Amino acid sequence: MSLIEITKLAKSYSVFQKKEGLGASVRGLFSRSYKTIEAVRGIDLTVEAGEFVAFLGPNGAGKTTTLKLLSGVLTPTTGTATVMGHVPWKRENAYRRRFALVMGQKNQLWWDLPAAESFRLHQHIYNIDPQEFQKTRDGLAEMLDVARLLSQPVRELSLGERMKMELIAALLHGPEVLFLDEPTIGLDVVAQHNIQTFLKQYQQDRKVTILLTSHYMKDVMALCRRVVIIAQGRIIYDGSLEGILDRFGGLKVISLLVADGQMPDDLSRYGEVLKIEPPRAKLRVERSKVTEVLAAILSRYAIDDVSVEDPPLEEIIAKVFSDNREEVVGGSS
Amino acid sequence: MFARVNLYYTVLRISIAERLVYRVDFALGTLMRFLPIVTQIFLWDAVFQGMSGGIKTIAGYNNHEMIAYYLLTMVGRAFSSMPGLASSIARDIRDGTIKKYLLQPIDMLSFILMSRLAHKLVYYAVAVFPFALVFWLCRDFFKGWPDAGTILAFIASLLMSFLLGFFMEATLGMIGFWFLEVSSLLFVYMLVSFFFSGQMFPPDIMPYPWPQVLKIIPLQYLAYFPTAVFLQKVTGAELAWGLAAEAFWVVFFFFSARTMFHYGLKRYSAYGG
Repeated sequence: MSLIEITKLAKSYSVFQKKEGLGASVRGLFSRSYKTIEAVRGIDLTVEAGEFVAFLGPNGAGKTTTLKLLSGVLTPTTGTATVMGHVPWKRENAYRRRFALVMGQKNQLWWDLPAAESFRLHQHIYNIDPQEFQKTRDGLAEMLDVARLLSQPVRELSLGERMKMELIAALLHGPEVLFLDEPTIGLDVVAQHNIQTFLKQYQQDRKVTILLTSHYMKDVMALCRRVVIIAQGRIIYDGSLEGILDRFGGLKVISLLVADGQMPDDLSRYGEVLKIEPPRAKLRVERSKVTEVLAAILSRYAIDDVSVEDPPLEEIIAKVFSDNREEVVGGSS
Repeated sequence: MFARVNLYYTVLRISIAERLVYRVDFALGTLMRFLPIVTQIFLWDAVFQGMSGGIKTIAGYNNHEMIAYYLLTMVGRAFSSMPGLASSIARDIRDGTIKKYLLQPIDMLSFILMSRLAHKLVYYAVAVFPFALVFWLCRDFFKGWPDAGTILAFIASLLMSFLLGFFMEATLGMIGFWFLEVSSLLFVYMLVSFFFSGQMFPPDIMPYPWPQVLKIIPLQYLAYFPTAVFLQKVTGAELAWGLAAEAFWVVFFFFSARTMFHYGLKRYSAYGG
């Protein structure tokens, strides 16, 4: 049995539709129209113990809803899920002691008090042995380099420091499963990197299972081998990060450094010209034609240097998102 | 069991620490509570001065008893008032903060009760001084200390008024599960409660059937009842019944808050995020 098993999980909301204008507001007092939003439309997924899985998807794709379902905050409309054998939305204490959810946009610590006080409260909420608690807290604070900030009120911490404290609070009870909803949102590059390094190290040491949603490809590249792309409430890809390139990255980018500044004027017949800045040029070519095109160019022109690269992952994923959106919009019209 | 006690002691301790952060706001809030009593003293003095005839009483209250009544309702409200409780519960539901009680192995109502208790304890620790001063200055309005039994009944009615105030407001706050905006509703409650709890004036001075109506509904236990106990307007069997009825209302609203929370959560987790 897998650690997380999700079968045909679906969640729809009914949302009040408010039209623009005063007249519509007054009419809204008497008759209201509701629209059903299908946030998650029947997903199947299994996650094994110790995996670090990234959920990618545009805003509103259903990533956060899925994490909320798995952490028991929401009850699904249909479908089933178990995490470590527990049905999350039953909210048994036995389950709640074994996982944690960290949301980058929500603050769970006591705002006016030092983080140390919130940690102390967690010790009692999760009934952690005092010595164990102290060891874990100090260890985490040292790893995240915030030991000196433990007695400073949370409201006076920077966003990055606060996020580190949120992580410590979530990890004190040693959860076996960790749900991270955009843990690096709004952080600067250095803070993002620190959190990534920490998560990677922590996951390797403790072998916890982590499900992460993020909009930053750097987070995903640094941390996760397995990527699940969700769009319009459905899983449209589940596999390795590199697999995304094979599956969706049908194009490659050829960069040329032309000898003697003799820029050929018919490059467009080989592929889409992205940029010409003599003596350099960039071409986008279909993956299957790369060898053919390279052979043709090299035999015809004097080239000093050549390289073939995949387009940036962000670009591919953005394309996957937008293609999928067109598909769904097209399908419903 | 021991772990639970330890947990709620920690909640209490941390809430006290949090309460002490904003010292000026807290001190001002404590002192401002005493302003209205000054106007009440002047007002009733003027009312009784203006009355003609030999015996100057209104529904059995003379001038001194009337002022004593207001002073004592202040004590009652120090126990039963729950500033911002319902609105903060409704806000937590609205902005999703309530999630933390769903994610962690903790009971929300017990948690909030402990932090409210902390607020009250801190408040009493500070307010006991101005209260003592005001009562000492106004000592002539009282006939002297009542007997020990009355004082015990007074204390019991105050402690229950704390629980009653808490569970009534908690029940109101839970309405936030069904209606996202509850501020107007809370405003209406505040007005009704100010009137029906006897804070505005003793219900006895109103014409029939208002005093009878007021003495049936639970709001009177928030201010009128403890005061009437201390002033010995309620004695003997009536006192015993009153305390029993107050206890009944505490239990009633305890279950109503629990039930609302239970069904509210079902709705919340089925619809909202």
